[in-house]
Amino acid sequence: MKIRKIKILEEKFFVVLSGFMAYSLIAVLAFIILVIFVKGFGALNLDMIMKTPKGGYYYGGEGGVLNAIMGSLYIAFGASLIAILIGMPAALYINVQLIRYRRTQNTIRYFLDALWGIPSIVYGAFGFTLMLFFGMNASLLAGIITVALLISPIMVRTFDEVLSTIPKGLHEATLALGFTRTETAFKVMLKQGFSGFITAILLSFGRGIGDAASVLFTAGYTDNIPVNLDEPAATLPLAIFFQLGSPIPEVRERAFASAVILTVIILIISLGARYLSKRYSRTNLK
Amino acid sequence: MFIAEEKTITASTGFSDSHENPAKHIVRIKNLNVHAGEHHILKNVDLEIPRNKITVLLGPSGCGKTTMLKCMNKLTDLYRELEVSGNIFIEKDDILNTTTNIASIRQKMGLLSQRPYPLPVSIYKNVSYGLKLKGVRDRKLIDFSVEKHLREVGLWEEVKNRLNAPATSLSIGQQQRLCLARGLAVKPSIILADEPTSALDPISSKIIENLFKDLKKHYTIILVTHVLRQAIRLADHAIFMIDGEIIEQGDPEELFKNPQTEGLRAYLVDGN
Repeated sequence: MKIRKIKILEEKFFVVLSGFMAYSLIAVLAFIILVIFVKGFGALNLDMIMKTPKGGYYYGGEGGVLNAIMGSLYIAFGASLIAILIGMPAALYINVQLIRYRRTQNTIRYFLDALWGIPSIVYGAFGFTLMLFFGMNASLLAGIITVALLISPIMVRTFDEVLSTIPKGLHEATLALGFTRTETAFKVMLKQGFSGFITAILLSFGRGIGDAASVLFTAGYTDNIPVNLDEPAATLPLAIFFQLGSPIPEVRERAFASAVILTVIILIISLGARYLSKRYSRTNLK
Repeated sequence: MFIAEEKTITASTGFSDSHENPAKHIVRIKNLNVHAGEHHILKNVDLEIPRNKITVLLGPSGCGKTTMLKCMNKLTDLYRELEVSGNIFIEKDDILNTTTNIASIRQKMGLLSQRPYPLPVSIYKNVSYGLKLKGVRDRKLIDFSVEKHLREVGLWEEVKNRLNAPATSLSIGQQQRLCLARGLAVKPSIILADEPTSALDPISSKIIENLFKDLKKHYTIILVTHVLRQAIRLADHAIFMIDGEIIEQGDPEELFKNPQTEGLRAYLVDGN
């Protein structure tokens, strides 16, 4: 009887504890959004997202951060595209062609995990060296390549995780139907994993658009919207960084407004991805 | 006896398509051994599977029944640790030592696994994919075949108004029949069924069993099952295995009535 009571108590304790942990994470997210909204609200206006910085912007003058918004979007989209092109075949190779070679699979995964763990400033420094080697200036292209390097391991590993959850029975069933491995990969695995891939792409995109250290030396900073790959590009994280360092309160407020913009971009993309993944997982084997 | 049979095979294939005078056995396995590291999964298996009959593989879990099926359509390739040696003749082609394209070997055999694995596409596409792989492009022909094979498994009436619905919207029993139709669409001569009813409810199981009885007119069925009653109901030929070896085989009635070995006797008493 006593043991029974202890068990009930134990059960209650862990339900409360784990619930608290889960909800507190959401509370933290809500708190962060609240803080940047409150602090940035005063500076948040249409000019912020419609205009590039005008003369004296960094002293509280007219203008907005459209340069950084566009720069960040260009870099994040470009880098995600490259990372998908690298990540998709790599992940399919690991899961379809290497299916018999568990040790090789795990070795590759180990290296990818290591790459994932490398701090972004190291990628920044590497990208910078690469840039100098090829005689390039800080530019949109250099930024895209560096961010692509940063997020590729994330992309491959998350794609890989998605693919590895696909039941082996489905794999066998397709082979038994006479699919080749490549047909299995492209006609079945891609489709079955689609909703997971969207999440993976989102995760990588979020990391790419939010990273400051990798673009610090490679993308540079400019008040213009880049129209060519060899022009420097501003980015939102750096815009936040520069404005936050200002002694002028109005400019610091704009830093928070920029943070709001960055967060909203990520939220919009996140919701869009959720919608897409729901829509396309209809046919998936559960 | 054996030489005489060998002759009929060459004679029949020498002049005409083997349909006119097909060999009695569609699958002949000789000296098949499968190792997984230290573990000897199949031991010197010699086996003949009669054409257009239901052959049931019986035996306790882990005796190598599933491995045997996987050898027949070379899914063993997916497992690096498995070393397969010996001969498996499907018709006259030794699939373990052949240069024939592996996909076309696999297409000779439809696979039905323990639980259905429909492709992550619509009901229609599940059946049409196999045809497309075979190079069929004619839309009308594909439509015709999809209907034909869905009828063949008794699914047509149930799904004809929602062919574009995802295959996963079907019940598990319907999915299993869809997988069967999908397999039949690539025109196999053999159906490999690995406990195909183990995830199904009794009514769905019954439907699958009755389908098998019909399908054996045109296909050879190799069925792995744990349900002894199912084996008795369906088997034309029964094979009993323990520990990677064939202990007894023959006419099922004879086999189940008069087990010759202690192993089979024990299995019949409390194997189920």
